[in-house]
Amino acid sequence: MTLTAKWRQWLPYVGVAAVVAYCLAPFYWMLVSSLRRSTDIFSTSLFPHPLSFENYRAVFSPSQGFSRALLNSLIVAGVTTALSLLLATFTAYAMARLEFRFKRLILTLIIATSMFPVVSIVVPLLKLFTNIGWINTYQSMIVPSMSFTLPLAVWNLTTFFRQMPEELEHAAMVDGCTRGQAFRKIIIPLAAPGIFTTAIIVFIAAWNEFLIALSMTNKPGMQTATVAISKFSGATSYQTPYGSQMAAGVLVTVPLVIMVLVFQRRIVAGLTSGAAK
Amino acid sequence: MADTKVPPGTAAPDSGSAPGSRTGRPSSPPKAGRTRARATAGTGRLAALLVSPTLLVLTIVVIYPTIMALNESLYGPKGLDPKTGFISNTEPFVGLRNYTDIFTQAGDRFWNAFWNTTLFTVVTVSLETVIGVAMALIMAKAFRGRALVRAGILVPWAIPTAISGLLWRWIFNADGIANVLIGHQVLWTADGFQAKIAVIIAEVWKTSPFIGLLVLAGLQVIPKEVYEAARIDGAGALARFWRITLPLVKPALLVAVLFRCLDALRMFDLPYILIGAQKGSVETLSMLAQNEASNVRFGPASAYAVLLFLYVFLIALAFVRLLGADLVGEAGDAGGAKRRRAARGRRRALPAPRRAEVTA
Repeated sequence: MTLTAKWRQWLPYVGVAAVVAYCLAPFYWMLVSSLRRSTDIFSTSLFPHPLSFENYRAVFSPSQGFSRALLNSLIVAGVTTALSLLLATFTAYAMARLEFRFKRLILTLIIATSMFPVVSIVVPLLKLFTNIGWINTYQSMIVPSMSFTLPLAVWNLTTFFRQMPEELEHAAMVDGCTRGQAFRKIIIPLAAPGIFTTAIIVFIAAWNEFLIALSMTNKPGMQTATVAISKFSGATSYQTPYGSQMAAGVLVTVPLVIMVLVFQRRIVAGLTSGAAK
Repeated sequence: MADTKVPPGTAAPDSGSAPGSRTGRPSSPPKAGRTRARATAGTGRLAALLVSPTLLVLTIVVIYPTIMALNESLYGPKGLDPKTGFISNTEPFVGLRNYTDIFTQAGDRFWNAFWNTTLFTVVTVSLETVIGVAMALIMAKAFRGRALVRAGILVPWAIPTAISGLLWRWIFNADGIANVLIGHQVLWTADGFQAKIAVIIAEVWKTSPFIGLLVLAGLQVIPKEVYEAARIDGAGALARFWRITLPLVKPALLVAVLFRCLDALRMFDLPYILIGAQKGSVETLSMLAQNEASNVRFGPASAYAVLLFLYVFLIALAFVRLLGADLVGEAGDAGGAKRRRAARGRRRALPAPRRAEVTA
């Protein structure tokens, strides 16, 4: 009896350990592999025995152009996030606070656009951008990315705005603020955590984008990090440079993982309010 | 819900400025509804102002390309002009030939991509749902270490799919850890059935924690009393799961599954990087369309993209119509939402609070 009781007490923790192991083991393997020397890259020990940063040095060798790719990613994801947030804040405010015709229809449409297969907008836009000479430009990656980041931002922010008591604005408006002032001085500061959360989620989505960046660029100097890593070349054409790919993968992922660790509560709140309601 | 109750005497400030520009709402009885009617006209304009930039951008990046794709799919690839012998600069109009080709010459590749897409969607989403629900049940039981679990569970979600493709490519390498663990040499990333398995494993790894997270959010709003009452009535653990947990998390789960399905239908990065471009065993519709477009065959590429779009649309419609997935949720007009919620309340044994907030 006591044995089963003890089991019952510990079982959830065993389960939790299993869940965490499931989620982290492949990532751990990437981390370990990136820290091996290229000579023992195929070693299967659980720890990198002679710890080596050789792969990280290789990633940043000028021939790979990885720092430029990181910068490109930062520009594309950053601008996409900023633009999406700007437009989405206005729209979400209207969705949460104002009563107007076709509101439900508009919100349904906005959400529906986020479900579009990206490839079906990339193909025509690729042709259009080829014609107007936009290939290998930042805008050719930023504009199509808005197709999925903007609906995501609108949806998330609408939920956040709706959670805030409306009385606050009314009080401000009674005190003589216009609706615009009430929005700027009361709502925006109070919604800052929600806006910030949305910014993280949107940024991660934009940072992870691959198909648009792959299709819209053919010059190595304009590729984003995700595309650049997938095209890393080794010393010979038959050799896949797994070591430096893993190192680059870690470098691209670590900022996101740190963000996730620091803001996990906020991110979960944002994701579940947006997706599961 | 978001109705604009303007306190009496402080009619929405911008409504007073243009009293004549009342939009087409039926005018209300003079005394009681006057302030409200004027406020509505004002908010209508304000709303239009606030919403239009988003709608404009979405029109440019979604609706316009979709129409372009429909148009483009009626044209054939540029080629040699039979009359002049030069490469022609214009694309010939071919009508529906890009579509009818699917039943003849381009058929094999299209149907292969179609069935791959369908197989990946069905298998990965089913596995993800089962694993995700199991994870959520485990996490709901744990009291300590929940923050750790939540952070851990978000890691696969945060890793870019392209990177996770590389990560799994390394794991499934001929001398990789996967083969060491199973003690058996399998060429996972070569073209073939095992490549499908590799893609499915990698996809399930990345997304089932996410389903777990959403289901956990749904679980946490179920009141404890419901379970206690069921236990007193003598319901076993399994009965409690089938009769209480599952029906109550169904709305959240349904939306999660719908989103995963639509995501899986447009799968691109993972098979593209894990196995490679133009590998028949894992080529999806997105990969096929992208490949055609990158070879400047815009017409066929658009036709494939349009077909994928229709496929996604039909699945979404089926979810909303047949299963009643509520996408917009509380959003939109109060009347519609209330009506639908009332209808659902009748079907449901117990009304559950709709908003899921994960608490530590």
